[in-house]
Amino acid sequence: MTTFISGQEMAKTIDSAVPGSVTESTDECVWVKSDMIREVCYSLKDTSGMDFSYLTSISAVDYIDRFEIVYHLLSMRNNYAAIVKSICIGRERPSIPSVIEVWKGADLQEREIWDLMGIEFQGHPNLKRILLWEGFDGHPLRKDYLG
Amino acid sequence: MNRIRTEPVTINLGPQHPSTHGVFRLRVSFDGEEIIDVEPVFGYLHRGTEKLAESRSYVQIVTLTDRMDYVASMSNNLAYVRTVEALSDIKVPERAQYIRVISAELQRIASHLMATGFLLNDLGALATPLTYCFRERERILDLFEMLCGARITLSYMRPGGVFQDAPEEFWYSLNSLMSDMPHYLDELESMITSNEIVLARTRGVGLLTDSQAIDYSVSGPNLRASGVKWDLRKADPYEIYDRIKFDIPIGVDGDTFDRYYVRILEMRESLKIIAQCIEQIEEGPIRAETPYFIRPPVGEAYKAVEGPKGELGFYMISDGSIAPYRCKVRAPSFLNLTPLRDMLKGWKMGDLIIILGSIDIVLGEVDR
Repeated sequence: MTTFISGQEMAKTIDSAVPGSVTESTDECVWVKSDMIREVCYSLKDTSGMDFSYLTSISAVDYIDRFEIVYHLLSMRNNYAAIVKSICIGRERPSIPSVIEVWKGADLQEREIWDLMGIEFQGHPNLKRILLWEGFDGHPLRKDYLG
Repeated sequence: MNRIRTEPVTINLGPQHPSTHGVFRLRVSFDGEEIIDVEPVFGYLHRGTEKLAESRSYVQIVTLTDRMDYVASMSNNLAYVRTVEALSDIKVPERAQYIRVISAELQRIASHLMATGFLLNDLGALATPLTYCFRERERILDLFEMLCGARITLSYMRPGGVFQDAPEEFWYSLNSLMSDMPHYLDELESMITSNEIVLARTRGVGLLTDSQAIDYSVSGPNLRASGVKWDLRKADPYEIYDRIKFDIPIGVDGDTFDRYYVRILEMRESLKIIAQCIEQIEEGPIRAETPYFIRPPVGEAYKAVEGPKGELGFYMISDGSIAPYRCKVRAPSFLNLTPLRDMLKGWKMGDLIIILGSIDIVLGEVDR
């Protein structure tokens, strides 16, 4: 069975590697500051007890007052799973550092989130629309999008 | 001696092209015969499934999942209903779990048969091997028709179980398929596996190493062909997979041949799983009591199953109403395309189609 690592346990590891990045931790997930997400992801990937070498998925959720970016991580060596979340504020041009340097699997997923949610991933080398065409007006998965 | 001066040529492949398995477009730059750059263009089949799901009730969304990976509807159904059950804490009766596993494994065989058939089509063995594969797939679709009346867009599963019990004739037909299938696979393999042309075209072509596959979030047979022994049915057993004995076939080199061969071996493992399910299944209810409009408590859940294409996951957030607040799909075909550029670079024009074919994508799922 895949062991689910609780947010508190994740927070301990993250705090020792990247001090001051954790804002909150619960049983399900750990919340980290959005501008430090890349360092946090590097530490989770490289810390030997964790080895989160596989990025299962990145999701974005629109809560009107904020965007949540959810990272589902997996360690195939230890059979661990964990969830890391981060918050993006602002509807004009919300942005968060890209984790494509950490996991190349983030490439298409970040482009999809940019396309449908309108969250900019800083440092993504090819941040273009992916499912919709260039010139499309708006980002349809946002809650205030009126098709 | 003066060499002939060449310059790169960019060719557009698709979206209307028989070998792109749907409406997929590739902008490929060639230096002579060699591929120097690839840019995939998606979205020709984008229907906004995730947005549509936000305005439908939990039972209605089952029909939307059918239309994602339209050659493996059962697996999509299973991944979706499992997420809803986790959200609203519904216990599924055992018989329903067995029927679900049987149908999901039948679907895996059907999907892999299609992948194999179309890979050979792409190799230039036009239509003949594909017809062999479709003959068996047809029998599986007949079985699905007995289960739920549909052949492709099945909508067979419901949160809490399945829509109806399998009829008597289903079990007869399933048993006869089970006894015929190994011979079918032997026949198929006798044409392909040691075929000199197939080996020459696929051995060592389109390599994907194990570390690359993990880094690129590749899953399913493509990941296992690269030698990574990872299968959600074993790693995180769901339904009744923990009671079943089966192996995880893996490849060695991560080339096109391994991706083909892992699928053949997986079909044989699926047969083993179905045989054990038929032995173990007992009479009982097939669906838990659920209200017509399911209102899960506020919360979120991520559940994934090992679909024929890879890890198919749903990440759903409930706000307590009859429709999900957010329904995100982790589509394996989409993520398996991430390493495409690296896999294609440096290979010849003729290898492009078979490398793409061996990844086994379905555009309904890529674009959603």
